[in-house]
Amino acid sequence: MTVPVLELKDVTKTYRVGQGFMKPKATLTAVGGVSLTVARGEVHALVGESGSGKSTLAKLLLGLIAPTSGEIRIDGVPIGQTDRREVARRIQPVFQDPYSSLNPRKSVADLVALPLVAHGIGSSAERQAKVAEMLDAVGLPRRVIDAYPNQLSGGQRQRVAIARALVMRPDVLICDEPTSALDVSVQAQILNLLMDLKREFRLTYFFISHNLAVVEHLADRVAVMYLGRIVEERGREGLFGAPAHPYSRALLDSVLTPDPDLGMPEAGISGAFPNPIAPPSGCTFHPRCPQATERCSREAPASVAFADGFATCHNAGPALALAG
Amino acid sequence: MTAPAPSSALAPAAALEAVPPRRSPTARFLRRAGRNPSFMIGATVLAIIVAMALFAPLITAYDPYDQDIARRLIPPVWHAKGSWEHWLGTDKLGRDYFARLVYGARISLLIGIATVVVSGLIGTALGVAGGYFGGRVDMAIGYVVNVRLALPVVLIALAAAALVGSSLETVILVLGLLLWDRFAVVARSATMQVAHADYIAAARAIGCSTRRIVLSEVMPNILNPLIVVATLEMAHAILLEAALSFLGLGVQPPLPSWGLMIAEGKQFMFFSAWVIAIPGVALASLVLAINLLGDGLRDVTAPENRS
Ligand SMILES: Nc1ncnc2c1ncn2[C@@H]1O[C@H](COP(=O)(O)OP(=O)(O)OP(=O)(O)O)[C@@H](O)[C@H]1O
Ligand SMILES: [Mg+2]
Repeated sequence: MTVPVLELKDVTKTYRVGQGFMKPKATLTAVGGVSLTVARGEVHALVGESGSGKSTLAKLLLGLIAPTSGEIRIDGVPIGQTDRREVARRIQPVFQDPYSSLNPRKSVADLVALPLVAHGIGSSAERQAKVAEMLDAVGLPRRVIDAYPNQLSGGQRQRVAIARALVMRPDVLICDEPTSALDVSVQAQILNLLMDLKREFRLTYFFISHNLAVVEHLADRVAVMYLGRIVEERGREGLFGAPAHPYSRALLDSVLTPDPDLGMPEAGISGAFPNPIAPPSGCTFHPRCPQATERCSREAPASVAFADGFATCHNAGPALALAG
Repeated sequence: MTAPAPSSALAPAAALEAVPPRRSPTARFLRRAGRNPSFMIGATVLAIIVAMALFAPLITAYDPYDQDIARRLIPPVWHAKGSWEHWLGTDKLGRDYFARLVYGARISLLIGIATVVVSGLIGTALGVAGGYFGGRVDMAIGYVVNVRLALPVVLIALAAAALVGSSLETVILVLGLLLWDRFAVVARSATMQVAHADYIAAARAIGCSTRRIVLSEVMPNILNPLIVVATLEMAHAILLEAALSFLGLGVQPPLPSWGLMIAEGKQFMFFSAWVIAIPGVALASLVLAINLLGDGLRDVTAPENRS
């Protein structure tokens, strides 16, 4: 069996958060016991509501923060044992907001060349050639090379961010909601660009989104995250055809409502997103779950295996999945 | 479903999006500055004073140290007894007042600039370190800033001058070591804002060293407020030097410091008010010009910070 590009084993990230003056600090579990494998060349999507810990997981994968416990492996090598610069050569981010992810004081040429400069690659002429090559690859006209971010549209900025991420020829791109800050008209362009680049540069994507419609269009595998935990992890057909977890079903239902752009798909589920500092007992989803039983509030569910993945639910039998 | 249409809308679509005329941040800054009256007035007055200081020997033929006991306290030209020979008059030792004023500009500017360089380096280093690293580093630096804020500047400067003796170098050193608090506070809060931006996370994910991140990602983005602080502190330092010199614990005679000129003239102020009015006006103009420049700079650079 080939070694997966990314492998997470029981990764947990907790924060100590103050609750106000003179109150004791509480523990917030942003990511709890996440195990995932991402195979080379696939698009692995991660979906979930706001606050479910998606960005925290992305930061863990990028090595920007260290896990509280658990292990992250890149090509089988634990991230802690790898040089940070080596990680940077393999994994690059594309952030959500290109208005915040590009230094406003730098020209496009400097922004895209930064990885090369930081790693001391090439002469300045060689870097310029690489930058031009990258601008071509992301579909930016070469005349923007001296422009500053504030002179570019949101879509153009995101193309610059993608060019910067690709200039080191990484294996993996971590895309944290790469289109949700953009105009609807530009979103499809950027998604198509990402898919074209995946083929051209043989990339693996870890693709974070809260828009299931986008995910269905491009993902090979989908992980559904709720309150820091993966509640279901399936192949695309499996998840969209026969979702096993009630939360996955609720997310899917909300996509099918007339206006899926209303924002977070909270419409499908009753109740508010729980406080991550004091998560509900048992299955953390039970207060909002339409199928919750008394057992759900007592016992945390174990994973139920499927042919193409798993779901963490007491009632996640295949029969139930078909009924949904 | 809002599944995106699988069309290949790459290069043509991007090319359609208009690119506004290319203008670097510097070019935009200069355009806005040109339209800001307080910036322009401050810059003009300051430029005149700087030119005076730089080209002092070309502006006046007199030596500011040349005494002429026979020609003491000649009033300026607009007085009945004045003459164009010494158009701003002479002081109690018969030295040409205009020459002393022109050479005195050198002292004031030197003090202002040198102090701001020293205090700016100290304050910015502390503030950026606190804002960028946060946690314990920030707490320790916050403590140092509080200690500094608890010290009264004038008293410390007086004590230092009394201890090690007063001289130009002492004044610069003492003020430089004292006036960094605002740099630290402003640098800290500006850095904290910038440090949360995604481009810092991106730089770290790219594999940039902390040094590179601080110098090339953080610093350019916090420079504007620091330049404004620098102008305020420069004016502050110039006034403090004048005050210390006036008290006899700053620049020592016979150097032509404006504060010292006021001090030396104070015994004649009832009968020859111009002796202190002239350096007083010069001092006020310089400080006002620097403050106007700082205000203008703040207005000119603020829109960028807000966006
Ligand atoms: N540095 C931090 N300190 C304390 N708590 C944090 C920190 N970073 C994230 N959190 C908390 O961790 C939880 C998960 O946050 P995260 O940003 O990963 O969510 P997300 O799924 O990316 O949400 P969104 O869709 O809004 O981006 C949130 O409750 C958040 O408040
Ligand atoms: Mg997020």
